[in-house]
Amino acid sequence: MELAVFFAAAVVAVATGVVAVAHRNPVVNVMSLVVTFFCVAVCYALLAAPFLAAAQILVYAGAILVLFLFVVMLLNAPLAESDQPRKLQRIFGLAAAALVGLGGAALAVVAIPGAGEPVAEGTAAAIGRLLVGPHLLAFELVSVLLLAALVGAMVLVKRKA
Amino acid sequence: MWAELAITAAKLLAVATVLLTCVPIMVWVERRGAAFIQDRLGPNRVGPMGLLQPVIDAVKLFFKEDLTPGGVNPILYTLAPMVSMFVALVTFIVIPFSADAGVEVFGVPLKGIHVAPDLGVGVLYLLAISSLGVYGIVLAGWSSNNKYSLLGGLRSSAQLLSYELSLTMSVLGVILVSGTLNLQEVIARQGPEIWKWHAVTQPIGFIVFLVAAFAETNRLPFDLAEAETELVAGYHVEYSSMRFASFFMSEYINIVTISALTVTLFLGGWQVPWLTATLSGWPLVLVSAGAFAAKVAFLLWLFVWVRWSLPRFRYDQLMQLGWKGLLPLAALNLLIVGVAMGQGWL
Repeated sequence: MELAVFFAAAVVAVATGVVAVAHRNPVVNVMSLVVTFFCVAVCYALLAAPFLAAAQILVYAGAILVLFLFVVMLLNAPLAESDQPRKLQRIFGLAAAALVGLGGAALAVVAIPGAGEPVAEGTAAAIGRLLVGPHLLAFELVSVLLLAALVGAMVLVKRKA
Repeated sequence: MWAELAITAAKLLAVATVLLTCVPIMVWVERRGAAFIQDRLGPNRVGPMGLLQPVIDAVKLFFKEDLTPGGVNPILYTLAPMVSMFVALVTFIVIPFSADAGVEVFGVPLKGIHVAPDLGVGVLYLLAISSLGVYGIVLAGWSSNNKYSLLGGLRSSAQLLSYELSLTMSVLGVILVSGTLNLQEVIARQGPEIWKWHAVTQPIGFIVFLVAAFAETNRLPFDLAEAETELVAGYHVEYSSMRFASFFMSEYINIVTISALTVTLFLGGWQVPWLTATLSGWPLVLVSAGAFAAKVAFLLWLFVWVRWSLPRFRYDQLMQLGWKGLLPLAALNLLIVGVAMGQGWL
């Protein structure tokens, strides 16, 4: 049962991922990226990390990609032209994709020690305890970083009155 | 396992049916309520007391011409109402409608009328899915190839994003006190006593949540994005027939969902002052479900009441209220809750 859900989510994620990079229309790219992240969240949920799944949708798909969408719409990004062949980039890109695909297939065959066991609990309470316990410094530093980004954005946008 | 799946499918069907039936009822309540507030009668010719009016409206919408204007982006134009409906319907699976009285159906424990009872991150799931609602509006506004749609869509999405912050922060106060993200537990810890419900112990949080709820559902006094006098109809002006009906329905379903969420988090959910402590088994399930429905009905009436009583906010006033008014208030609420918990009062 979980296998069926995983396969469905994985196939849709890969397909929409390809659409996200290959389509001409930038708005369609962003929307297919939303679907990709939704499927990734489903995979997180299947891996017993419900907090991460919900946070992925809340933060990534629900806030960051909305911002992407705003930028694309407000800047009226043009459709990507398809009349430039770009042969060299295409060859290198396909070679890199083949390499990554072979690596992934090799991972499926070769056994990795410790794979398949849950590393830590995925519930919100467990993650909370980790954040204010062993990883407190990193947590506080990230919040200061966010504050700096916020102030920087406000300074950049502020016009001389 | 098949019995579990069947029970879950039955619960899903029941919830979806009730939700979709709420829409014509809300339409009727809205039109009659608006009429009585404005000292007139409202629809009273079609069926007894005008009760068939929404049915006739639905039939009319169904038979209207389904026109796709030229110049629209066809994929996104079709996708937008689907996204709105999906988001509106899917949020309901984590809301518990009745007590978990330990009853069993065909050997499967029916953990209350709750479609997804064991979801440990219920509140987070709800906030995540409702943050996806922005996409329906933005896509509708942009793909319609119309200045007014675009303006309405962008305004509405900015409003939704801003008020989502205050909404989430006021919910944080409730989560702090309950110590859990599971909605059934949040209700259970509120207990049957009214003075323990979070609307009484955290009044600031409750007010912030209600105001943010009005803004999140694009209801007056925050409906500038679709105000008839300002932007024609805002983001759904280019939609006709059943696509407009989808937006319309998803707006009402959002109202029902937010009311249910308010009842769950702040008004004690399915708790009834004396009854839920003394009853058990099937009577408890039925009484608690009835109490939940009654509370949600009251909140739905509140939505209609406020709509026809207050004037509309201007857009800059709306944004100022969201960022400079509600967000500091929500933070203050969090501070007070933290101090109270530290002192052991909560």
